[in-house]
Amino acid sequence: MDDIREVPLSAAATALLARGQREFPLTPAPYAALAVELGMDEDELLTLLRDLLDAGVIVRIGAVVAPHRTGWSTLAAMRVPAFALARVAAFVAEYDEVNHCYEREHEINLWFVATGPSERRVRSILHDIQYRTQLAVIALPLVEAFKLDLGFAA
Amino acid sequence: MDLDRTDAALLAALEDGLPLVARPYAALGAPLGVGEREVIARLEALVAGGVIRRFGLVVRHHELGFKANAMAVFAVPTAEIAAAGRILAELAFVRLCYRRRPQPPTWPYNLFCMIHGRDRATVTAQAREAAAAAGLEAVPQDLLFSRRRFKQRGARYGGRCHVA
Repeated sequence: MDDIREVPLSAAATALLARGQREFPLTPAPYAALAVELGMDEDELLTLLRDLLDAGVIVRIGAVVAPHRTGWSTLAAMRVPAFALARVAAFVAEYDEVNHCYEREHEINLWFVATGPSERRVRSILHDIQYRTQLAVIALPLVEAFKLDLGFAA
Repeated sequence: MDLDRTDAALLAALEDGLPLVARPYAALGAPLGVGEREVIARLEALVAGGVIRRFGLVVRHHELGFKANAMAVFAVPTAEIAAAGRILAELAFVRLCYRRRPQPPTWPYNLFCMIHGRDRATVTAQAREAAAAAGLEAVPQDLLFSRRRFKQRGARYGGRCHVA
C-alpha cells in the first residue's frame, strides 16, 4: 500500500509538470529539447525527472493509450466484507492484468480496472477472481467516453 | 488505425516508461531491433491515429495534492445520457466522464464522472453543481469517495500479438 503524502514542488518542478504531461517531444534528444524550452540544463532536467519519479509524483514517462484501441479493458467492482477487504484487494492487485485498484466508500467497496489483449481474456480473469474469492465481480465496461484523461494541473 | 506487431511491441515497451537517457527512443527500440527514426515515426503515427491519447509525463494525482477523489454516478434514461454526458464533460473539475453498461439491480448507474479536488467539501459541492448543470438532480445517483489506493499503474495490454 502506498504511503500517500503531498510532495512540495519547486517552481522548476511545477513548470516541468505543466509542460511535460502532453506533447512530449518526439525528437531524438527529447530531454535536451525540453530543457531548452524550460530554460534548464539537460542534466538539471534529468535530475529533476529522477527526483519526481522517486518521489512518486511521476509514475512514468510514456503513453496513455486510448481505451479499446489495443486490447480490451473494463472497470470492475466487488462488494467485500470489511474484515476481508485488505486481503482480497491484495489478491486482486496481484494480477498483472489489474491496474488501478482502489477502495471506495460504498457497500460495493473494491474497484479496479482490468486490461488485457482481448475481451475474452479480461473476462476470464474476472471469472477467475470471482471463483477464487467466492465474491461476485461486476464488470462495468465503457460504452462511450465523453471526457478522457488529459493530465493534471500541478 | 491498424496496429502491427512492432507497434504493439513498442507500446508494451513503453509501459515501463521512457528511459532517462539522452537518446531514449533509440534505447527503447534497440531491444526490439527498431531504429530510432522508425520508433519516432511509429509513435508519431500512433499519436496522430488516436491510439496514443496522450504522450508525456504520467503523474500521480495524490502527490499533487488532489486528495479528495470521488466518482459521481447517475442512472440516466438512455435517451438523455449523451446530452448529460456532454454537459458534464465541459465542467473543468470533471476529469473523466464515461457511459458504462450498468448491472441492475446491484449497480443501476450508467453515467460515471471522476471529480478530483483538493478536499472533500469542495468535491461534494462540485458533484452537486455537476448534477444541477446536467439536469440530473432527480435521477438516482451517488458519490463514492476513494479511500485506500491498493494499486495504481499504467495499463498493461500484454503487448505481443493481439493485433486484429
